[in-house]
Amino acid sequence: MSHSPILIIIIPLISSFFVPLIGWRKKNLCYPLVVLALFISSILSLYIMGSVITHGSIYYRLGGWEPPWGIEYRIDYLNGFMAVIVSFISFLVAIYSRRSGEQELPDRIVHFYCIFLLLVTGLLGMVVTGDMFNLYVFLEIASLAAYALIAIGEDGALMGSFNYLIMGTIGACFYLLGVGYLYIVTGSLNMNDLSQILPGLYHSRVVRTAFALFIVGLALKMGLFPLHTWLPDAYTHAPSAVSALLASVMSKVSVYIMIRIMFTVFNPYFSIELIPITTMLSWTAGIAILFGEIMAIVQPDLKRMLAYSSVAQIGYIVLGIGLANTMGLTGSLLHVLNHALTKGCLFLGAGAITYRRGTRDIRQLGYLHVEMPFTMAAFTIAALSMIGIPPTCGFFSKYYLILGAIDARQWIWVIILLLSSLLNAIFFFRVIENAYFKPLGVIHESSYDRGEQEEANEVPLGMLIPILALAAAIILTGIFSGKIISTIIQFAIPEGI
Amino acid sequence: MIEYIISKYNYWIYIVLMMIGFYAMISKRNLMKKLIGMTIFQTAIILFYISIGVKRDATIPIVPEHSHEAIKALEYVNPLPHVLMLTAIVVMVSTSGVALALLIMIYKRYKTIEEDEILKLRQEAGA
Amino acid sequence: MISRYESIIITTLCKLLIPVIQLYGLYVIMHGHSSPGGGFQGGVILGASFILLVISHGLDEVKKRMSEKLNTIFCSFGLLIYAGLGVLALIFGGNYLDYGHLPIPVTIAEARYLGILGIEIGVGITVMAVMISIFLDISSVGEQE
Repeated sequence: MSHSPILIIIIPLISSFFVPLIGWRKKNLCYPLVVLALFISSILSLYIMGSVITHGSIYYRLGGWEPPWGIEYRIDYLNGFMAVIVSFISFLVAIYSRRSGEQELPDRIVHFYCIFLLLVTGLLGMVVTGDMFNLYVFLEIASLAAYALIAIGEDGALMGSFNYLIMGTIGACFYLLGVGYLYIVTGSLNMNDLSQILPGLYHSRVVRTAFALFIVGLALKMGLFPLHTWLPDAYTHAPSAVSALLASVMSKVSVYIMIRIMFTVFNPYFSIELIPITTMLSWTAGIAILFGEIMAIVQPDLKRMLAYSSVAQIGYIVLGIGLANTMGLTGSLLHVLNHALTKGCLFLGAGAITYRRGTRDIRQLGYLHVEMPFTMAAFTIAALSMIGIPPTCGFFSKYYLILGAIDARQWIWVIILLLSSLLNAIFFFRVIENAYFKPLGVIHESSYDRGEQEEANEVPLGMLIPILALAAAIILTGIFSGKIISTIIQFAIPEGI
Repeated sequence: MIEYIISKYNYWIYIVLMMIGFYAMISKRNLMKKLIGMTIFQTAIILFYISIGVKRDATIPIVPEHSHEAIKALEYVNPLPHVLMLTAIVVMVSTSGVALALLIMIYKRYKTIEEDEILKLRQEAGA
Repeated sequence: MISRYESIIITTLCKLLIPVIQLYGLYVIMHGHSSPGGGFQGGVILGASFILLVISHGLDEVKKRMSEKLNTIFCSFGLLIYAGLGVLALIFGGNYLDYGHLPIPVTIAEARYLGILGIEIGVGITVMAVMISIFLDISSVGEQE
């Protein structure tokens, strides 16, 4: 099983080539193939994480060539942690996507699965690789698949996808320019090799320009304020499975790349003292948190509200990076896990509400606790995690972020974090109040008149199981968060912080 | 000052091309022109990478047949940026393909590819 | 909808040129390792030959020869050659894409040479299929599914 770093990528990749061939014959066989491929990937990612915990980092040489001449895949704690998150959430979204795909895009389901598998391949490849240019290739694979998947959605999706295409290409091109500048002065593309050659070159302007290009390009890709303008349109109008996958996983992988570049390729000394990028990032993140929360309060559309909330949550994670001490990075990595689970559950729940009700307007969500009790229960648990109430995972990640801010003696972040919890409570309680306490009243008349209001009309089991699994995972990771930190996250923090 | 510009003329050329593409992406209102600007932007980056590998009095990096002596690296242009740019050109073509397909669907839906007219149509539909 | 070009000079000349272009595309793929060329370049030339057929003889001629189903099969087939060679190397003991471990009875250096040639062929087939697919989609203004 020493080939597991490459198997985790090839299995979705080859399955994505088989899906169009099988889809011409029998359309119904595509779904089991997709679910099987992602299930094998998830099991392999767990195996890799276990192997890293017991034996240390894994090195895999592609083509048998030694680094720095060949491409090397290097998996340590941070990589393995991200790979587990990515593969499990993709697996759950793939289970969900059959029913929602039948309703939203019935005649294009084969192409949807093919591009979905390519997106997961790109994301897993970005997480696993240890070579800078290979990361650009996988970044573009994932981005192109995302543009195509968003465009399959409803009416406003075409312009949203075009905006995302233009801005995402600029971001990836800035990353490519950064790699080029680093190649000019060092002659190497391997991350480990660069981290050994670069400390002698920190005074040169080429290296500093490359660093600036990396930060701006990755900020475009992850949706950090003020480069987030593609995010609301793209997340709102995409199909519900695609929004869940993009919001929960794709932005986190960009955050992972930023941590990798700031703290592994470049030393923490460079990122914290030589160029005070961490101060700039933490101020930008603070403004992102407040902006995202305030904009989310005024949205009438459920998915648009969740999209602006995502802008704020990316601000949390970058704030943790910007604080640059152990507590802050612990909170940041734990919030990566928390936000992936929570936003996945919220977007899948919003998709379920759309599947049954046909509307995403918050004011028309009355009587939902009778019609869809399990979905609303899961939605409520996820909302509590987003606000930060124990024992869900969200409480612990915010706790560590606040501890990190106190450690750094910067009280403004403590105030912003507490204020944002309050703002989160405002817009999530609006949804919960409409669903649980308002009767189905004057606006929405059809199902009230149909006389079915006494029985539960839940979504199909294929859509319900991933939502409930994610909600259970939120509570479990909250209860076991101490164990997660002590076994994985403590060693995933880059050295020298 | 002049010799500073002339000795690094490849960097100046790529920056001018990149800024032309970037200006087109930002300021033009026709979506097709934005796409052309994006292609110019990416082509400038490809030009930059190729210009890195050039050496003085060097020839293309192809070894003549049946020569069994050691290769002197100074005689050949650095082939690694060329190989990286093959991949980047493929990425550029794929991005253009996806963007053109999107433009066709936008045209079929809105009957125009001017951005301000599309925004006006969407606002009227949403309001 | 592109129809057949009206001039007989164009149609005759293209009828003569297109096989030559395809032969040149195959030449570029095969000689990619020792002269400028390779999988992507040869694939684009092969795709360009089909595009020339569309422009000169009309869309229906090409749809008879290269239907949508055949296009998709070519696309997946080429990539399966690429990934499949890598998995073959994985099965026979090396790392992924380590052509030295392919089961052909030649020296290791020759095996690497033949492995690279194999993946270039796969890439060429896929690029040809993708170029044709992009052009057919754009020229039929999205009506072809």
